[in-house]
Amino acid sequence: MSIVLEYFHAFRPALGSALLLVGAILAVIGTIGVLRFPDFYTRLHAASVTDTAAATLAILGMVLLAPSLAVVFKLAVVWLFLFLTGPTSSHAVANAAHTAGLQPMIGKLDENEGGSQ
Amino acid sequence: MIGAAARARVGGIAMMLVRALRGPTLYDRVLAVNSLGTKIILLLGVIGFLTGRPDFLDISILYALINFVATIAILKFFRYRSFQVSLDRRGRGGSR
Repeated sequence: MSIVLEYFHAFRPALGSALLLVGAILAVIGTIGVLRFPDFYTRLHAASVTDTAAATLAILGMVLLAPSLAVVFKLAVVWLFLFLTGPTSSHAVANAAHTAGLQPMIGKLDENEGGSQ
Repeated sequence: MIGAAARARVGGIAMMLVRALRGPTLYDRVLAVNSLGTKIILLLGVIGFLTGRPDFLDISILYALINFVATIAILKFFRYRSFQVSLDRRGRGGSR
C-alpha cells in the first residue's frame, strides 16, 4: 500500500502536467471547430462540448499539481462553477438565437462556402 | 510541459478571438466571448501553477462569476433592449 502511494507521489507532477496538456489540446481542437464550422449551431456544439471536458481535464491536472488542500478546495469551487454555468450559458445562447429567428443550416453544404464563412 | 499547455491555451484564445471579431451574427460573438472567458479562467490557473503561485486561482473564481453574469446580461439586453425587465415573465418569446 505504501509503495503504491510512494509511486503515486513520484509520478504526480508528470501526470498532472500531462493532464493539463491534454486539456489544452482538447480546447484547441474545439476552437478549431468553432473557427471552421459553417453554422452557428454547429459552432455552439463544438464550443460547449469541448469546454466542459477541457475544463475538467485541466482542473484534474491542477489538482494533481496542487501543493496544499486549500488550493484543491479552490480548484473544486472553480470546477463546480464552470460545470454548472457552462451548459447553462450554452443553452441560453442557443435559446436566444432560436427565438430571435436564426435558422439552422439544413441540407448539403455548398462546396464554396464550407469553412470559409 | 506546463509551459506547453499554457502556450496551447494562448493559441486557442487567439483563435477564439478571431471568431469573436469576425462572427457573422451577434450570437456567434456572444458564444465566442463566453468560451473565451472559460479559456481565460483556465489559463489564469495554469499561469499560477507555472509561476509557482496558485493564489491566481482567486482571480479565476472571480472571473468565472463575472463571465456567467455578463453572458446572461448581454443576451437579456439584446432580447428586450433593456435591463429593467423581469426575467420570469411568460408569454413573450422564449417559453413555449
